[in-house]
Amino acid sequence: MSTLTEAPPPLSPAPPEEKPPRRRGRLTPYWLLLPGMLWLIVFFALPMIYQASTSVQQGSLEEGYKVTWHFATYWDALSAYWPQFLRSVCYAAAATVLCLLLGYPLAYLIAFRAGRWRNLIMVLVIAPFFTSFLIRTLAWKTILADGGPVVHALNTLHVLDLTDWLGWTAGDRVLATPLAVVCGLTYNFLPFMILPLYTSLERIDGRLHEAAGDLYARPWTTFRKVTFPLSMPGVVSGTLLTFIPAAGDYVNAELLGSTDTRMIGNVIQTQFLRVLDYPTAAALSFILMAAILAMVTLYIRRSGTEDLV
Amino acid sequence: MSFVTWLKRRLVVIAGLLTLAYLLLPNVVVTVFSFNKPKGRFNYEWQRFSADAWKDPCGVADMCGSLSLSLQIAVWATVGATVLGTMISFALVRYRFRARGAVNSLIFLPMAMPEVVMAASLLTLFLNMGAQLGFWTILIAHIMFCLSFVVTAVKARVMSMDPRLEEAARDLYAGPVQTFVRVTLPIAAPGIAAGALLSFALSFDDFIITNFNAGSTVTFPMFVWGSAQRGTPVQINVIGTAMFLLAVLFVLVAMVVGNRRNKQKA
Repeated sequence: MSTLTEAPPPLSPAPPEEKPPRRRGRLTPYWLLLPGMLWLIVFFALPMIYQASTSVQQGSLEEGYKVTWHFATYWDALSAYWPQFLRSVCYAAAATVLCLLLGYPLAYLIAFRAGRWRNLIMVLVIAPFFTSFLIRTLAWKTILADGGPVVHALNTLHVLDLTDWLGWTAGDRVLATPLAVVCGLTYNFLPFMILPLYTSLERIDGRLHEAAGDLYARPWTTFRKVTFPLSMPGVVSGTLLTFIPAAGDYVNAELLGSTDTRMIGNVIQTQFLRVLDYPTAAALSFILMAAILAMVTLYIRRSGTEDLV
Repeated sequence: MSFVTWLKRRLVVIAGLLTLAYLLLPNVVVTVFSFNKPKGRFNYEWQRFSADAWKDPCGVADMCGSLSLSLQIAVWATVGATVLGTMISFALVRYRFRARGAVNSLIFLPMAMPEVVMAASLLTLFLNMGAQLGFWTILIAHIMFCLSFVVTAVKARVMSMDPRLEEAARDLYAGPVQTFVRVTLPIAAPGIAAGALLSFALSFDDFIITNFNAGSTVTFPMFVWGSAQRGTPVQINVIGTAMFLLAVLFVLVAMVVGNRRNKQKA
């Protein structure tokens, strides 16, 4: 039996019906896995290898590319585009923190306070998933427009002076500034924060809150010592689900930002689809991937929820 | 009760509702601006009320064509990803086998990868293979990134399932096929449905991966993207509003049906 399991599964012959059922049972998982795994290997893993090889190639579109192990591409790409890398990390981190601050109360509300409104609020959180996010992002252009209500309100409250001073906005504009891009990122990835938070909050036994109250904990203490620690799996997966896509996003930076707010996704997109400099684009996306994988691994280790993955 | 105490008690509710308002504000704007009569090519400023766009939603060249293309791709991507993903999740939950760890990481990685990285690498592959970019390359890409989400959704459901139910079916002389169709599949169905729904939404709305791998084919998100540069017709807001209303209706119905089922079981 052991020799059978050691054989490479995809090459094993199809188990004929007459064979004893036990043998069929042994091979069943491999047959179930085969098509999906092949798909992921050919269209996910293999492309990554292709990209790795592209990043160390030299040449031109006309003459073709050759692998020359030209690792300098990485160095050149980094030194040319480090501001965009830094910006991506900062914007994505800011959006993640904002998502957590905004998403937590809503997730809490749905889990503990919504009562019979729970389903309706859930629907309103999920429904935007099914409507075009590009159309909704374009709507932010209207909301944040120069001379629009948001700009006017911020101006009246003198918040714009502060954000101008911090370099988040420029003059009396919000559109085409870092603030607009972070606002768009926060908006677009907020549901990815709310849903895991809600799932982990919902699992908390309500009696724990009562117990904390019986032990004279104030609501805030109960939250800090009971609710929040128990919701950590949701916090971790929520922050990952917002940070990772936000760091690679180029839609918000393109639609709501300006040339001063370009993120690394914009650079990769331009290099790949317009400049057609494949080695640089490949090197940039490889650096982004490595940086994100490193950060994610570190974060999961630190937060001690390895079982999440 | 003073105002401050009142506010303190309801702080969570107020903060939560404000977030909800933030989430829905763009949908409100999209709806309002679907009744606008814009002056120029762009529909960013309110001019005056008009229902013209609602009377003629397909009045913009190529828009409804891109919409139907996106729908077709989303349907096939959902079918493909759901079938492949469900098979993988059953293998992962029900069987002990070698390479489980490797399979699990291969499932996890696409979800932990920024879209632009996957998009660029897939395009590298297609260019190297000399593949014709278009419908098929989009479909391949969509099945690839939806697959992991289906596996995660179905796995969660199958894992919480009592294996004794299947044993009971076998004890009652149900064959393997009968057990699967009559017992296993109905119990796993909500997970499969959730995975399929998620796939559909992800595929229908995907822009980044499609933008890289579509060539000159234009899906609906790509049409919207292009119109952000060339001029946004009001019809885009009409479609956006209709999609939102349909989604609310659909999710509501799904929830009501789900609740009924749960009550019947209880």
